This record gives sequence, C-alpha cells and structure tokens, in this order.
Amino acid sequence: MTTLSSFKGGLVLDGHKKMSASQPLQTAQLPEKLIIPIQQHIGHQPEIIVSVGEHVLKGQCIAKATDNISASIHASSSGIVTAIDEHPVAHPSGLNAVCISIDTDGKDEWRDRNPLKENYKQKDCTELLQIIRKAGVVGLGGATFPTAAKLKSCDQQQVETLIINGAECEPYITCDDILMRERADEIILGVQILQHLLKVKQTFIAIEDNKPEAIHILTQALKKNNSQNTDVISIPTRYPTGGEKQLIKIITGKEVPAKGRPADIGILCQNVATAASIYNAFYLDEPVISRIVTVTGNAINQAANFETLIGTPMSELIDQSKGYTKDVAGLVMGGPMMGFSLQSDNLPVTKACNCLLTKTVTETQTVDAKACIRCGECADVCPANLLPQQLYWYSSSKNFDRAQDLHLFDCIECGCCSTVCPSHIPLVRYYRFAKNEIWAQEKDREKSDIARQRHEFREARIAREKAAREEKLRQKKEMLAKKKAEEEGKADQTDPKKAAIEAALARVKAKKESAAEKPKNTDNLTEQQQQKINEADQRRENNKTKTEDAKQ
Amino acid sequence: MITALIILAILAAIFGLILGYSAIRFKVEGDPIVDQIDSILPQTQCGQCTYPGCRPYAQAIADGEAPINQCPPGGETTILQLADLLGVEPLELNPENGEESVATVAVIDEANCIGCTLCIQACPVDAIFGAAKQMHTVIADECTGCDLCLPPCPVDCIDMVPLKTKTTNWKWSLPESNKTAPKA
Repeated sequence: MTTLSSFKGGLVLDGHKKMSASQPLQTAQLPEKLIIPIQQHIGHQPEIIVSVGEHVLKGQCIAKATDNISASIHASSSGIVTAIDEHPVAHPSGLNAVCISIDTDGKDEWRDRNPLKENYKQKDCTELLQIIRKAGVVGLGGATFPTAAKLKSCDQQQVETLIINGAECEPYITCDDILMRERADEIILGVQILQHLLKVKQTFIAIEDNKPEAIHILTQALKKNNSQNTDVISIPTRYPTGGEKQLIKIITGKEVPAKGRPADIGILCQNVATAASIYNAFYLDEPVISRIVTVTGNAINQAANFETLIGTPMSELIDQSKGYTKDVAGLVMGGPMMGFSLQSDNLPVTKACNCLLTKTVTETQTVDAKACIRCGECADVCPANLLPQQLYWYSSSKNFDRAQDLHLFDCIECGCCSTVCPSHIPLVRYYRFAKNEIWAQEKDREKSDIARQRHEFREARIAREKAAREEKLRQKKEMLAKKKAEEEGKADQTDPKKAAIEAALARVKAKKESAAEKPKNTDNLTEQQQQKINEADQRRENNKTKTEDAKQ
Repeated sequence: MITALIILAILAAIFGLILGYSAIRFKVEGDPIVDQIDSILPQTQCGQCTYPGCRPYAQAIADGEAPINQCPPGGETTILQLADLLGVEPLELNPENGEESVATVAVIDEANCIGCTLCIQACPVDAIFGAAKQMHTVIADECTGCDLCLPPCPVDCIDMVPLKTKTTNWKWSLPESNKTAPKA
C-alpha cells in the first residue's frame, strides 16, 4: 500500500449520500418518446445520419463523430425517428439545441451485436481506440470529453500510472458508488482493457473512505479477475478529492503542471463509469446508450439510482421517484457544488447527467452578496492553490489579462471559495464569466484574423486586376500608335494627290526664289532710262505709303 | 590627456560602427505598432471609423491622427485593449461613429435577388457568392456584419440579422451582485 499524500485546501462536507445509496439500483421505465441531444460531449458536433420517418434499432448509430474530438450518438431504444429539431436541453443557458426524437416501439430491439470479448488482446491500439470511438464513450465523471481522444493523446507520452476515479466526492451523488457495488466485475474488466491499451505499470482504483462497501466489493472483484499491479485505495473523504489533479496529488504526491495534462507526468485518470462503458463496448458490443442517474435531494419523495436510457425525460425519473415533495423549489443537474439549475424537468437525460438534485424552498433561498472583506478564507480552501479574491477582483473589473496571469484557467470551479465566503459572493460565477469572455475574445480574434486575410487578399486581387487592366490598355495604345505610324509612312510614298500638291508647292517656292533675284537687262542703261526707272520706283514707293496710310 | 581623447574617439567609432551595423542587420520591417493595433481591431472593414478599413484606422491611430474610440463593432473591449496597448486612458465610444450593437450577419432574401453583383463588389471580405444574373448568397461564417452590402442593393433584399445565441456560444454573464464588486 502506498502512503497517501494530500492536497491543500478543500472542504469536509455533509455527504447526504445515504438517502439514495441505501436504495437498490432500479431500471427506469422505457419512455414513449426519447429525445436525444446530438451534442452531449465536449468537442465538435457529430453529423446526423438518420432522417425523419426512419426506423432505428437499439444501439444503432444516429449521429456519427466527425473527427477525433467528437463522439457518436446512438439510439437508446428501437423505434421511429419522428423529428430532428431544436428542443430544450440541460444547459445552464436554458437554450435549445438540436435533438433527435424517437417514438419507441416498446420492443427494445437490438441491432446485431458482435462482441470482441477477450479477443481484444490480439488487436492493436488503433483498432481498440476505434471501437471505443464507435461506441461513443465519453468521460462519465462529468467532463464528457471523448475518451478515445483522451487515450490517443497518450500516444506520445508513456503513461505509467492509471488512476480509476471512484472518489465521487460531491455530496448527494451516489451513481458511481452503486455502479461499483453492482458492477464491480465489469469495471475491473474495463480497467484491464485500459491497462492492455496503455501498457501501464501500475493501476490505482481510488475510492473515498465513506464508501466501505464499494471498496470491499471491488477488492474482491480484483482478486476474482486476477488483476495484476492493481490496487484499490481508500482515500480520505474531503471535497474535491475527485478532481483529477487533486486525486493525482493524493495518490502519487505529484502535481500536474499548470496548463499541463496528467499525461505530462505519466498519469492518466478515468472514471469508474467510463471503465464500465468500455467493458460494454468490448464484451457486449453495446455503445453508451444509458447511464446511472441519482435522483435525490430533500424535495423528492423517494431518492434512488436509476439505470436510465439517454434521452429519457427527467420528469419520468421524478415520477418514478414518487414525485416531488410539497416544498420543492428547484432542480439541479449535478451536485450541490458544481451542478447548475434547470428551468424545468422536461429535459432529456444526457451522458453528462449523473445526478438530479431537488431543492426545497429553504435550500434555494439566496443571501445578497456583500462587499469582500478580504478575510482570505477563499484562498485557504482553494484546492488549486489560487488566489480567489484576486481573481474575483480582476474578473469583475474585466481585467482578464491579469486574471490569466493569476492562472484563472487552473480554476476547477469546485465552488469551495463560494461556499466559505462570509460575504456570500458567488465567486465561481465571476470565474466562469471571465473564462467565457476570454474564450469568446479568442474566437473573435480567430474570426477577425480570417477576415483580415480575406480583406487583404481581396485588396491584392483588386490591385492585381487593375494593374492587369492598365497593362492591357497600355499595350493596346502602343499597338494603335504603331499602326498609325506605319500607315502614315505608306501614305507618303503612294498618295498621288499629296504628291501633286507638294510638287505645286515646290514650284511656287522656286518661283518666289527666282522673283527675288536681280532684274535682267539693267546693265549699260542710258541716263534717260535710268531716270525713268527711278521715277517709276518713286511712284511705287508713293503708292505703297499711300495705301499704308489709307489702311491706318 | 591626448591618450584619453584618442581612446574615447576610438571607442566612439567602434560603438558607432556596431550601432550602424545592427541598425541595418536587425531592421524591423514595416511598423510593428500598426500591426499590433490592427490585430486588436475587429476587421469588419466597415468604415464606421471614417477610414476605409481597419488597417488605415490602425495607421491613423499609430500616427496619432485618430483617437481610439471610433470603432463601434469592437466596442468597449477593443477600446480597453487599445488603451492597454498604447498606454493611454480608455475613452467612451464616440457616438458619431455609431453605437456598439450585437454582432450581425447579412442574409440575402434569395427570392428577390436579381443577380446584379453590386453587393459582391461592395463586400470587403468576399463573403458573398454569386454571378451576374445568378442568385447571390452570403457565406455566413465569413460575413463580418459590416452593413456595406446594404446601400448598393437596388432591390433591398439584404437584411442584417443578429447572430443567434446557441449553447455553443452562450456566455455566463456577470452576477447581478457585481455592484458590490471592487473596481480594479
């Protein structure tokens, strides 16, 4: 047995687990109508591959994973697809999302199943991942990250330690507890598949010490199934031991680096329910079409755990728990620490729905938040070693850069700080707000980068087209000018009219020149002749001056 | 005395050479501050800032010709980021340039489109698809919501529709009790 470490902070909370854990596991009735949201995981939306009116069999894929970070969705029972449209879903926003509605035919008829069983040992890693992927397995601890993607990301790094998370640290929730008690063998066989896939050196199954029965049963099951290098570890009951990073700290004493993943230090965590669904995929060839849901709280008549088909309306589970008590005031999906309020119970159960917690009037009464008195309680309980008060300061004033400098994204939203705050400040709301804003800004940045690229490309294209047009115009002009010049050259040589005109001009020119020459026969003149010439010249001069005077 | 002067002169010459060399060797291409401002602007290319696009406005801010509060699509977030980058006081958005509104996307009423291509020529990011006398349509993912396609449309068949909030782009808001929060 390894010696356990501990994490800083955390809270010891009242478990309230008995009310549902003391009841045996029940199977929820097959509803008349299943409403199956196609986005039940973190990542990309799968592609719908059925159409309205189509008859589907239980376990048939109805929406196919588009890429690695996506998960397939399967029909939870046989029946006819009646609608593919938007329907209210369990989401903090209370908004609608695309769902596939199936009217069940009551036969609950399975598609053909060809389980691999033990033969998985002969298959290689890629094929095993493909089977997990096709079965739509996601992390059932609450994060619903596609399991195949999580396992695939371990390719590059050698994972030496596998931790199976059965801590279930949040109050009220007992679905993992009952799963471990009822289906210990399935979990162990599922773990063996993971061990084979990852070739890990050691495996720990961590269970909080408030579940002694589960610890006992799993220890027995380990022996029965000859599991090597696997230990069931009882860990102290302290919220949030079930947090991935906190659990790793407790068991190995190692810290997952900020912004890093457990695989960076050779560790992988999987939830017990995820291990059980891997078992289902290999030994039964059944995809994830159901999960155990804890229906509990102080406003329900008979708390219990139900094996529930995905897509079952929550209201049916409430009915099967003998309805609400009179003082019911609210319904929460998840636990009291990390869950979120639902607007109604007319919503379908999804892969993420581990618990339906009913609340009474007194439990839902909120106290107005007062100013922060800087007592520092929040920092003492923070299991992620953050400074909640500073984060609150920077988140509320939208100073997101500073919030990120203080490792906002290492916050696991466990709610310890909000719980202990004497001023009742809803601290986690501020962190969620800040995280959402930062993500939205990043998305906007990406979008604007694309817009800039497109704009620059357009400008460049317009400039290129303009340049091309101008170049063409210039070439045309040049060609015209050249043609003109050539034509002119030809005209000079051939046109007879022009030649005649030029010849005439030349003649006139010659005549003028000859006229300017000295008059002939002016040599050897007599005195009388000379006098007459002079007189004539004199008259001419006079005439000239006379006409000029007249002109003036 | 003379030795000291000579040594200083030689030193000055050496450093001058080093500085001169590094000025050429490590020359920064373009104007990095314009790039930084441009990367903050939302790239709608809408021209509401009175400049013909985001980059000219970024240039104007960098040259000190324009204040940082003329970008309605960016709104408060952009102003805060610009103020942070440039080390100036944040300003209120100038109402003359328009009001900060929700993000929109252009939608062409395809039944009424006559295929004139005028909107295609107006779109700054080539987000409208179509050809002469053929119906046009907007590539919604690429549309920046700049409104520039509205005025040239001769049949008024383009509408600006607010982007729909879905579970994938929904955001947690600030708690109502934020009035008690400190101001950083």
